[in-house]
Amino acid sequence: MASQSLRQWLLTDAPASRRQAVLGGTYRGLTSILRNPTAMAGLVIVTILVLMAIFAPLFAMGKDPIAQDLAVRLAAPSAEHWFGTDELGRDIFARTLYGAQVTLTIVALVSVVVVPIGLAVGTVAGYFGGWVDAVLMRITDIFLAFPRLVLALAFAAALGPGIENAVIAISLTAWPAYARIARSETMAIAQSDFIQSVVLQGASTWRILFRHVVPLCLSSVIVRLTLDMAGIILTAAGLGFLGLGAQPPTAEWGAMVSSGRDVILDQWWVATIPGVAIFIVSLGFNLLGDGLRDVFDPKASS
Amino acid sequence: MIAIDGLDVTFHVKNREIRAVQGVSFEVAAGESFGIVGESGSGKSTVLKAIAGLVPSISRRLEVDGQEAAARRSRADRRKLQFVFQDPYASLHPRKTVDDILREPLEIHRESDIDARVGRALSDVGLLPIHRYRFPHQLSGGQRQRVAIARALILAPPILLLDEPTSALDVSVQAEILNLLKRLRASYSLTSILVSHDLAVVAHLCDRIAIMQFGKLIEIVTAEQLRDGDVGADYTRKLLAASRGFTRVA
Repeated sequence: MASQSLRQWLLTDAPASRRQAVLGGTYRGLTSILRNPTAMAGLVIVTILVLMAIFAPLFAMGKDPIAQDLAVRLAAPSAEHWFGTDELGRDIFARTLYGAQVTLTIVALVSVVVVPIGLAVGTVAGYFGGWVDAVLMRITDIFLAFPRLVLALAFAAALGPGIENAVIAISLTAWPAYARIARSETMAIAQSDFIQSVVLQGASTWRILFRHVVPLCLSSVIVRLTLDMAGIILTAAGLGFLGLGAQPPTAEWGAMVSSGRDVILDQWWVATIPGVAIFIVSLGFNLLGDGLRDVFDPKASS
Repeated sequence: MIAIDGLDVTFHVKNREIRAVQGVSFEVAAGESFGIVGESGSGKSTVLKAIAGLVPSISRRLEVDGQEAAARRSRADRRKLQFVFQDPYASLHPRKTVDDILREPLEIHRESDIDARVGRALSDVGLLPIHRYRFPHQLSGGQRQRVAIARALILAPPILLLDEPTSALDVSVQAEILNLLKRLRASYSLTSILVSHDLAVVAHLCDRIAIMQFGKLIEIVTAEQLRDGDVGADYTRKLLAASRGFTRVA
């Protein structure tokens, strides 16, 4: 009964306040995600990843991801060690859980850096056009020309390996894609009547960009970001594999795969388990991104 | 109130020059409602956009509210003049509620008492409180155009520019919007310029009417002259004949 009236309150075509209108819109978006099986699968996987990262100490049941026990090194999966142990006798189950924290940290930091830079450069270039556009887009092209892993290698060599430098290296090569999306979206709406009417009301350029242009670019940027997450996770894992990402003894999936490389035929679980984790999480983000694209696409929703 | 003299607007598309408006001059007195008619591409909307400062123009004189309009309009300049666009489906931000849309001009000009004024603006254009928090896609075309009109009038500007405000609407809604505009023009004592390709609409709403063709002003006639067919230029006569519609040849 109560849930029925809440539903009605959310879906009413005559909301009584701004809050109700916004909540109703959010509710409609959520239900369309829930009705989309791919998006749901992705959402479940990503939610599990987030929960794993937050509650890693709880799920690991007191096992320390960096505690070594050479007596049980390279032990096969068992009741004691669900996913076995690695070459230093560390519990792989615990390490995989804590690895989610590192992955999530990298993903979150890259998003926080990349989205504002991409949006700022793209909307400014698209809105002003002319030489501003030309200059900003050539700079974007320059950054787009850097090979991601090679730049990361150079960074690690110059600043020393570590998560922060991996994030900087990934961000430096990831933002141009967002600038391009934001630019093309901005160019499509910059001359539209609803932007012109805000100009005529006397709004400042910054107000127009932040309050009117950016909200319309945001949905395609979010979709692109979700789809890019897989690539970011893979790059982070690749850096870890090469020893340039998170440093030992931090549990990081790429580094874990790397450490299992020597024993991959005899002790398969050491490299396989973190590999599967990378695979599932990348897949989850891809599914979620695909689903979000369907949800946000105004042509798809009636 | 508005005076333009020798207005030229030239667009550069690739290497071509398009002279959309050539040497147009007219004056609109305070409280007058002026109309501009012409076929598609005659430059009538461009004249309106040049007055609003939306397109760059060259002229001997371009006065708005008795002051020469600068190429870069200040916030105070903007306040004197508002615009209603042709297509109500394109002139409202798709992600903002009616409330947000009407609030925006008041916030930009740092007005007070915003909530009450938004409510008044809505009832002024015949919208109900239930429409206030809807998104544009939840409104009909006529309702959207009412929102656009409310937005244009919420700052109580002395001048209103209307760019084919009814041509994207179906006929019954057109009449409602035209009557609304007529009523609001009186209650806000507006000076207005209405652009339309529809002679009947212009004759219904305007005191004096300019006829444009190929970017040039052909002549200025009064509404009575237009109704009586008492016009000077051949082109105006042709336009009048065309607006009477198809006549069957026996």
